[in-house]
Amino acid sequence: MTSTPPIINLKSVSKSFGKIGATSAYVAVDRLDLQVGQGQLLALLGKTGCGKSTIFNMIAGLTEPTAGDVMVCGRNPFREFDSFRGKMAIVFQGDRLLPWRTAVQNVELGLEMLDVPILKRRETALRWLGTLGLRGHEHDYPHALSGGMRQRVSIARAFATDAGIFLCDEPFSALDEVTGRTLRAEFVRLVRESGKTAVFITHSINEALEIGDRIVVLKRPATIAIDLPLSAATPLVEKEAIRHQIQSVLAA
Amino acid sequence: MTMPEATTPTGWSAAIGRRGLSYVLPFVVVAGLWQIASTFFPPFLFPSLIDVFKRCIDILTSWSQFADVLATVGRILAGLAGAFLIGAALAVLMVRSRAINDFLAPILTLFQGIPALSWVVFAIIWFHGIEPRIFFIMVMTTLPAFTFQVLGALQAMSRDLMEMVMSFRPTRAKLFRVMIIPAILPDILTAWKVNLGNASRVVVVAELVGATGGVGYELLQQQQVFDMAGALAWTLQLVFFVLIAQAVLTFVESIALRYRAASERTL
Repeated sequence: MTSTPPIINLKSVSKSFGKIGATSAYVAVDRLDLQVGQGQLLALLGKTGCGKSTIFNMIAGLTEPTAGDVMVCGRNPFREFDSFRGKMAIVFQGDRLLPWRTAVQNVELGLEMLDVPILKRRETALRWLGTLGLRGHEHDYPHALSGGMRQRVSIARAFATDAGIFLCDEPFSALDEVTGRTLRAEFVRLVRESGKTAVFITHSINEALEIGDRIVVLKRPATIAIDLPLSAATPLVEKEAIRHQIQSVLAA
Repeated sequence: MTMPEATTPTGWSAAIGRRGLSYVLPFVVVAGLWQIASTFFPPFLFPSLIDVFKRCIDILTSWSQFADVLATVGRILAGLAGAFLIGAALAVLMVRSRAINDFLAPILTLFQGIPALSWVVFAIIWFHGIEPRIFFIMVMTTLPAFTFQVLGALQAMSRDLMEMVMSFRPTRAKLFRVMIIPAILPDILTAWKVNLGNASRVVVVAELVGATGGVGYELLQQQQVFDMAGALAWTLQLVFFVLIAQAVLTFVESIALRYRAASERTL
């Protein structure tokens, strides 16, 4: 936790699906309090169906909480949706590339929304594709790229807008271990270098330990079971202890 | 990543030749059978193809006759454009509001059940001018198909892609430009192809009954003098138009949908 005001602030947030109060209503998130400080890389860990993606969608402003407040940079991301244009970038579980756009055109998407002039956005998109090792594939359509390459394009698309907040929903879970690990390392390096605030959703303990400088473990329905600070300097022995602690919580 | 196999120029020309032959062969067979029939039957039943060809040339070289062809083409395109614009607007409203969808869907289904000839009769009773009548008939007969096809395309849009684009907070105009229009374009092109054939059949009925010019009107004239060569020649004008329009749509499709993987085209 930081002393400066949190960038992302969830106060007693609940989210139910179905009619509120009805027996069929499904409570995905239950009175969750969560704060993420400036420049923090938070790994949000939990089993499938524990409400991680619902939290993600609420922070992204794609869905509204049933109760409580979600504030990002002091504003409500759902009600003040347009005011977050260019301020929040999302990397989804799948690459979600537009099939009718080439790699470079996909990377340019966010910049188009920000009315960046065409030459400037092309230059930025090409630079990011180069950074992510896709030189030579700029004008390929998504169907001509491998899964790893497509996910690189989607990461480039997120970085191109230079947003201050990154939301990532298990972006490497569909990739093979080697590609996933490489991309994850690149991603963490880029996020840390640029000082962005990031929320990284995952169901993998290893991934959470590799990425986060803070790990929040959720239990169903999304409430915090463990909230642990972490850093690159955390000794291996301590990391192993954390792993066992997380495993026991998730198994419970 | 897979790369397409290299094709030599000779391979290309052979493939084009085979494709051209397979396209032309059915027409050659039908024309040959007709020409054989013309030697056994009187001209008012099966005229020689040479006579039909001469009549076609007459139509194409005489401005007064060719103007009739252009009038029909104009009516088809105006009717289709009108039906498409109205249908697309209705589809957007239907996809945005369940109440509007519940209200309009049964009405459009009802319209689909009304025969084209009934719309012709209604148009003659309701409208005075020839062009408003034909425009009304064309719009009413193709509107339900356009609406349902655009509606289906809008409903089938990928929710994942929509969420991804929405995460960039686009304006409404940009959302349409970068997501909605490209996503529904394949279905729009298919809708145009299907409705083009329907419209070319309906326009003839509309002109036959309620017009003083156009291919339908000219067909009525040929029927009254039992001129089969003329009837065929006028029919062929419409067929030519449909073939040209389909070729243009196919060309547009090959440009606009070039992003599709090759395997999708060979299905």
